[in-house]
Amino acid sequence: MFNYFLRRFGQSFLVLIAMSCIVFLGVFAIGNPIDLLVNPQADEIERVRATAALGLDRPLYEQYFTFLKGAASGDLGRSFVFGVPALELILSKMPATIELALFAMVIAVAIGIPLGLVAGLRPDSLIGRSIMAFSIVGFSLPTFWVGLVLIMFFAVQLGWLPSNGRGETTLLFGVPVSFLSWDGLSHLLLPALNLALFKLSLLIRLTRAQVREAVLQDYVKFARAKGLSQGRVIGVHILKNIMIPIVTVIGLEFGSVIAFAIVTESIFAWPGTGKLLIDSINQLDRPVIVAYLMVIVALFIAINFIVDLVYSLLDPRVRLGQSSGGGH
Amino acid sequence: MTGLQETSQASPHVQTPFDRFWREFAESRLALLGLAVLIIVMVIAIAAPLLAPQNPYDLAQLDVLDGKLAPGEQSMGGKTYLLGTDDQGRDMLSGIFYGLRISLSVGVMSTLFALGLGLVFGMLAAYFGGWVDTLIMRIVDIQLSFPSILIALILLAVFGQGVDKVIVALVAVQWAYYARTVRASALVERQKEYVEAATVLALSKPRIVFRHMLPNCLPPLIVVATVQVAHAISLEATLSFLGLGMPITEPSLGLLISNGFTYLMSGKYWISFYPGLALLITIMAINLVADQLRDVLNPRLKK
Repeated sequence: MFNYFLRRFGQSFLVLIAMSCIVFLGVFAIGNPIDLLVNPQADEIERVRATAALGLDRPLYEQYFTFLKGAASGDLGRSFVFGVPALELILSKMPATIELALFAMVIAVAIGIPLGLVAGLRPDSLIGRSIMAFSIVGFSLPTFWVGLVLIMFFAVQLGWLPSNGRGETTLLFGVPVSFLSWDGLSHLLLPALNLALFKLSLLIRLTRAQVREAVLQDYVKFARAKGLSQGRVIGVHILKNIMIPIVTVIGLEFGSVIAFAIVTESIFAWPGTGKLLIDSINQLDRPVIVAYLMVIVALFIAINFIVDLVYSLLDPRVRLGQSSGGGH
Repeated sequence: MTGLQETSQASPHVQTPFDRFWREFAESRLALLGLAVLIIVMVIAIAAPLLAPQNPYDLAQLDVLDGKLAPGEQSMGGKTYLLGTDDQGRDMLSGIFYGLRISLSVGVMSTLFALGLGLVFGMLAAYFGGWVDTLIMRIVDIQLSFPSILIALILLAVFGQGVDKVIVALVAVQWAYYARTVRASALVERQKEYVEAATVLALSKPRIVFRHMLPNCLPPLIVVATVQVAHAISLEATLSFLGLGMPITEPSLGLLISNGFTYLMSGKYWISFYPGLALLITIMAINLVADQLRDVLNPRLKK
């Protein structure tokens, strides 16, 4: 077990180094790094001074190590637009993104698993088929278009919910959150629903497939033969056994929810890291772009690492075979 | 399943593999509907300049006074626009026809390039095995553990805007799926008797790989490719919507939607709703066809 942990940790570390290398090469080697790191309005003297100060006259590998050293101590440059350290800026926007992602995940789980359960228990009934049709549609719809339709319907036509911003925030353990006030919650609802739809469809499919497999197992037949109630068979015998893969997928998908939040945040003007990234790309605020990429890559690697670890604790077979989740 | 294997074991009835394939495909009405819609969409995309009521990018044909007309509303000049006009008086129907052209060609082109790249790397991994295999598959695994939208965004943030750059980003996102699929099926095929037979016949290695193994690896690849075209189109639209994809000179459906988004709040829904609907219909049609292809081409589901 400890060996597995160590090997897995080594792998994560290597991926992080490889990613930092790609980001470094992308930003520093493609194009003139001085254009990226110094304010575009700077004059020639300022550029020369900055080149020397940033050590851009030194060989590439030396520069890379300087970059790594800075990154390791949390120094990823200063934002041109806001004039504050890029990392600090991103961390200040993080609570909004995490809240949106968590809320979306809660919606997806609360609706997706029950629907998947119904569709799995009655795969050929009208309701089972309708649920599957819904999940196929949810899979095909591009996230940004769903967001647009939600705004069109709920914000413009009906006027029920606001379509942009975060609304009122309340402090919870020193972190600003939206969901505790009605104003904040009403702002959170549409973007969270938008972000949840894809994962909702995924969870329906996954739960349905797992349930269909589980009902054929001997332990379920045995439980039925013992005369246990349908509710107990489903709640205790089936649900308990299908939870391992479902929890794993929920964990793995959390990273992708944060990535997809980029799109949702842009549509609903939700002040999180995703919107910050798009704004920074449009304003050529390169240090923020680099910092965002490093933070999100680190986050992804951490999530994958933790999920793998938890999974291997729950199911020792994983340690023998190799598996990995697909993107979409 | 493919030509080579099928003809060698043809049944007594004169039935080509394609006949059988078509019969099985046509079993699903929904898939036929998807195919019909897809063909219509493709014809529109190819013949857009002939079918569109106006050339939406010829400024001489535009009248700013006709701007933001609702669908079916009559303009000052007595013209009616079926799906309304955008802020510059551009006929939305024509804009969608031209947009389909751009969206489809970017989707198909990136898929073809990615397919080629994935085929090469997947075959290399399966053929050489050992450290080549480990290296390629490690890269594939790592890449697939990140969502495609994130990778595409990173690449476009580094490269900047442009048609070629969007295609490069889409290829970079997709190749790993093909590499994995090709490797998996090549490894299975390698164990089969017909490969052994070909080896005994002392056929050259490239001949075995390309004439014998490759055609048998194609069915799962075709399924992945169909799904990926839809995926590529949707991803391109998303990137363009965010302002990171196509340049304004190449107005794909995503850009049209993005342009209309500004007017959505004031109730002028049609500028972004109809291009979105066109995008949606295209993606759904491709997915319906892909779903049925998966069923027909998957030997495990054969009755």
